[in-house]
Amino acid sequence: MSLEPQHQVHEAVMTSGHALKIPVLKILQADGTLYPGASLPSIDKELALKIYDTLAFIRVLDERMLAAQRQGRISFYMTCIGEEAAVTGSAAALSDDDMIMAQYREQAALRLRGFTTEQFMNQMFSNEKDLGKGRQMPIHYGSNELNYMTVSSPLGTQIPQAAGYAYGQKRAGKDALTLCYFGEGAASEGDFHAGLNMAAVLNCPTIFFCRNNGYAISTPVEEQFAGDGIAPRGVGYGIDTIRVDGNDLLAVLAATQHAREVALAENKPVLIEAMSYRLGAHSSSDDPSGYRSKEEEAKWREHDGVHRFKLWMMAKGWWDDAQDEALMEGYRKEVLAAVKVAEVIERPAYNTLVTDVYDTVPKHLQQQLEQTRAHMARYPDVYPADTDKEA
Amino acid sequence: MAQMNLLQAINSAMDVAMASDDTAVVFGEDVGHFGGVFRATSKLQEKYGRERCFNTPLTEQGIIGFANGLAAQGSTAIAEIQFADYIFPAFDQLVNESAKFRYRSGNEFDVGRLTVRTPYGGGIAGGHYHSQSPEAYFTHTPGLKIVVPRNPYEAKGLLLASIRDDNPVIFFEPKRLYRAAVGEVPEGDYQIDLSRADVVKQGTDITLLGWGAQMELIEKAAAMAQESGISCEIIDLRTLLPWDVDTVAKSVCKTGRLLISHEAPLTGGFAGEVAATIQQECFLHLESPIARVCGMDTPYPLALEQAHMADHLKIFEAIKANVEF
Repeated sequence: MSLEPQHQVHEAVMTSGHALKIPVLKILQADGTLYPGASLPSIDKELALKIYDTLAFIRVLDERMLAAQRQGRISFYMTCIGEEAAVTGSAAALSDDDMIMAQYREQAALRLRGFTTEQFMNQMFSNEKDLGKGRQMPIHYGSNELNYMTVSSPLGTQIPQAAGYAYGQKRAGKDALTLCYFGEGAASEGDFHAGLNMAAVLNCPTIFFCRNNGYAISTPVEEQFAGDGIAPRGVGYGIDTIRVDGNDLLAVLAATQHAREVALAENKPVLIEAMSYRLGAHSSSDDPSGYRSKEEEAKWREHDGVHRFKLWMMAKGWWDDAQDEALMEGYRKEVLAAVKVAEVIERPAYNTLVTDVYDTVPKHLQQQLEQTRAHMARYPDVYPADTDKEA
Repeated sequence: MAQMNLLQAINSAMDVAMASDDTAVVFGEDVGHFGGVFRATSKLQEKYGRERCFNTPLTEQGIIGFANGLAAQGSTAIAEIQFADYIFPAFDQLVNESAKFRYRSGNEFDVGRLTVRTPYGGGIAGGHYHSQSPEAYFTHTPGLKIVVPRNPYEAKGLLLASIRDDNPVIFFEPKRLYRAAVGEVPEGDYQIDLSRADVVKQGTDITLLGWGAQMELIEKAAAMAQESGISCEIIDLRTLLPWDVDTVAKSVCKTGRLLISHEAPLTGGFAGEVAATIQQECFLHLESPIARVCGMDTPYPLALEQAHMADHLKIFEAIKANVEF
């Protein structure tokens, strides 16, 4: 790296933290028509219907499962409301071979990949059919078959992991990359810095996708960072960066399609910052009325990305109100029925307490399990009796 | 067989691992062309290319995060942390991520192909941040394996076993012995089982247990005790998690006495775990309290290093006191 003469000064000149003006890609207007001069991403009717099907399902799932949490049927829930377009639009730009590493508010990407209603339910009800064997809190989904890395609670940890995963994909010679989702709050973690810098220096085909939704629990972005959001940081790491209207599904799709081409063709990371708004509470344990106004929420509700995309599909003649009502009603019934099935499926067998800590169960853990089982047998009223069942 | 010091043995292990597994990748700070600040990765880039042996930016959480991702993808990830003292920025990635990857996903994903190598230990005028022995922070973490070799032969065999073990392993290398320990090491491929302690010397009066560089001091103390007519059984634990309770318990049931020695501070050190377990397993056979000869409960000092260390004289005195109890 060298400093060209034209980049030298001989008196102190500061460069403002906001010197870099990063534009926002917008394609779809609020009324469902395209902005003048905007061009469509690669999308046909089949893909559009698949995307909308996901958007509709996630709306219903979020609404019903938040209610289920309120009724005490599941212990915890997090909705995706307001950010469905950003998550679904980006996931729709990927190949099924691409790995997705999520934070926790990206259930729509998993649905788009084919995660079934039953699989969602089994995870949330921590029953014996859960792929994660009932070990993690609700919404910590994962599926090897669908290339969707199991979610973990510590924020930002998946960001450098995505760089490493992508490096392995590159070495394996597969035409595949890793897309990593995270929120603007998580971008304050050290792992954000570590992951983006490593991906840039080590030429990893990774798409870093930031959902900038205005809040990290109660903390507004003004208390999260002083710079112009997340996007300029990507430029600072030498990463191709694009900012997009996160409520504009077509713009998110276009940005991610382009990012995927660049990342794979040139073996380098891309950063996408999707500007959106977290319409719901942070989680079922949070009440946003303590830190933001109803007016603010109402203003953002008008920018709803799901509605906007639906208007576009209707204008294309690909969708109508009757189809819409039928789809939503169908999903309401399906989700309700799936809740009733999942909540009566048995808990995982006790022996799964000690499996998967290591590849095989070491002796000391086998002993601890036997001690625990002997203890439980003495208090059958307290510990449900399935102690002899093996998973 | 060839004469190798501990560094050369470790280098040879990585060479064998990379030759036998095309997905094996070695990375960390200064490990590339330069070959590492201790030369542990010397010539590996030359032999296997930049894609398989390379420098990373200076970020420990990044190195281990990257390694977790690479291992989850199915590659063999061999990461280096320059000094064990600097592993703490990666504590979150190791404890919350590496250790729990398989369990939390129900075995949908794992990082079994991850090995973290890091030089540890004092006795080299390294002060606070080039001397620490942080193994006990990690032995409290289910899902990790913790391995510490004592000489070149053990280092190569244990490192190859660690790299090929289907669980994340932290491999602590006694840097005081990097060049000081020299021995016969097979040039080819061999492994030493993890989770198996090694009875280095048979004895009848007391069992002495340690790992890594401490073994040299324990053996020195045992030789002094021998001259005083005390027969010491010496055991190298080798793997601290999951550890070989049976071999240690069998020895203590025979000798009736146990002394554990490590460089790390006493309070919360791994000797406490061993002592509690053996007290439970061998209660009726113990003829004296289990002794712990460890580093003092201070940060690792510079000028007064010798006084701080659990050296051979402290161990020797503790052996005598224990046998005379």
